[in-house]
Amino acid sequence: MSELIGFFEALLSPDFPFVRHAFFAGVLSSVLFGVLGSVVTVKRIAGLAGAISHAVLGGIGISLYLSATGLVPNLSPMAGAIVFALLSALVIGTVSLKSKQREDTVIQAIWAIGMSIGVLFMAKTPGYTDPSSYLFGNILLISTQDLIMLLVLDIIVILLAWYFYPQIEATSFDEEFSQVRGIPTRLVFLVILAITAVAVVLLQTFVGIVMVIAMLTIPAGTAGFGARNLVSMMVGSTLFALLFSFTGLAAGWMLDLPVGAMVVVIAGAFFLGRSAGHLIRMRRST
Amino acid sequence: MSSPIVLHFHDVSFSYPHLTVLEDVSFHVHEGEFIALVGPNGSGKTTLLKLILGLEQPKTGTIELLGQNPSKARVQIGYVPQHASYDPSFPISVLEVVKMGMVEARGRQPKEKLKEMALEALEQVELASLSDRPYSDLSGGQRRRVLVARALASKPGILILDEPVANMDKESEARLYATLGKLKGTTTILIVTHDMRMVSSLTDRVFCIDAHKEGKVGRTVVQHMLQDVEGDGIKRVLHNIEIPADQCSFPQEADNE
Repeated sequence: MSELIGFFEALLSPDFPFVRHAFFAGVLSSVLFGVLGSVVTVKRIAGLAGAISHAVLGGIGISLYLSATGLVPNLSPMAGAIVFALLSALVIGTVSLKSKQREDTVIQAIWAIGMSIGVLFMAKTPGYTDPSSYLFGNILLISTQDLIMLLVLDIIVILLAWYFYPQIEATSFDEEFSQVRGIPTRLVFLVILAITAVAVVLLQTFVGIVMVIAMLTIPAGTAGFGARNLVSMMVGSTLFALLFSFTGLAAGWMLDLPVGAMVVVIAGAFFLGRSAGHLIRMRRST
Repeated sequence: MSSPIVLHFHDVSFSYPHLTVLEDVSFHVHEGEFIALVGPNGSGKTTLLKLILGLEQPKTGTIELLGQNPSKARVQIGYVPQHASYDPSFPISVLEVVKMGMVEARGRQPKEKLKEMALEALEQVELASLSDRPYSDLSGGQRRRVLVARALASKPGILILDEPVANMDKESEARLYATLGKLKGTTTILIVTHDMRMVSSLTDRVFCIDAHKEGKVGRTVVQHMLQDVEGDGIKRVLHNIEIPADQCSFPQEADNE
């Protein structure tokens, strides 16, 4: 109990700004995990988003190398990650649309090549570079600038989801029919993939590259059990993500464990429990 | 026939890389006709459907849908796909599926108008009482009728149904044809099916994708005469009587059984 009180004191104390930053990062990330995660889940593109999220390590590694060697002074890892994420999204999206037969191979190749490039450049970066903070997240690294960028992306995603809701719902439910109705389904797919790519880069500060995809799918999957429609899935998923982020942050602080991993473990356990409950209910009703 | 032509294929050919699918396809459909397009699996029915919907472009020849290029006119079609890749975990109600039939390329329409038109379409397929139910709770036959309601919601001039009675129970099939029967004459209906022997008694003409013209690799489209099978609500396709696909007035009807 005293650890929990200690967490709330740290959250409110001006001496621990990183805890407050982590808390706000959790709140802002929850909107993306909820809204974008629901779209990723119903469009069944979690595999593509996973490949993009891992490939961004390449951009981070290159940026760190260029900055540390003075070739491009003060280049932020975030900038390199965003460029890499968008390029990966473009290649993966194009392959997914044009060459269904080779889709899996190309996606897995981009996943692995991106990560390998990151590791190689980090190995040659002067000074000490710890890839694990990018892979698993580090709440000490969350800056005010990161929070502002998350807020801006939250606003953009909410506005786009609101304005294009009928088109997003239709293309996710039945792409062929949507195409006949005149919706540019390929453009919708590529835009969703590009926004997911940028979101993945911003979200990795909170839970890390490896676990971003878990948080883009688990809250949405958990909310999906009781959702009546896509919008209620988005709202439910945001609330679940908020719950998992807050409890993960608190548990990580109290047990002195990595917050990103804690958030994902709590989310995963909740999801598995809800899945088991759903299966039992289904069996009883049949 | 005196009613205007709504769909016209002129010498259309289509190939995928390394595979010629259709060659020398010419046929037309008049407003208000009830047409069946039959052919065995793999014969090119889906390709022909994609050409009609403007989702594929012909290699040679031209296609006119409502006097326009199909990619421009397709929004005026009510399309009922097979929807074989349906995700049962997708959270959506019956009413929302039907509202989707009025979705436009961008923006949204007034909620009340959408609801009113969607309910009207559900009335047509006799499923208005299920409007608030989750779509995944419905039987396969009911889901297919909901997709028909979705296609009807925008009040289309042409209704195209891809294998509408596949895996459907007899009762749902009868209800579906009863709905289509009410639309016959006012809406042009094109049904694509792999059953080459029998078609609904509502059918005016049957097109068959099966034959290869001499010296051609791709298949073409021909017409066959239809014969009523009394009391069963079906017509038999007489494959031994072939009529050029672009001919729409026949010298004589086959004798009833």
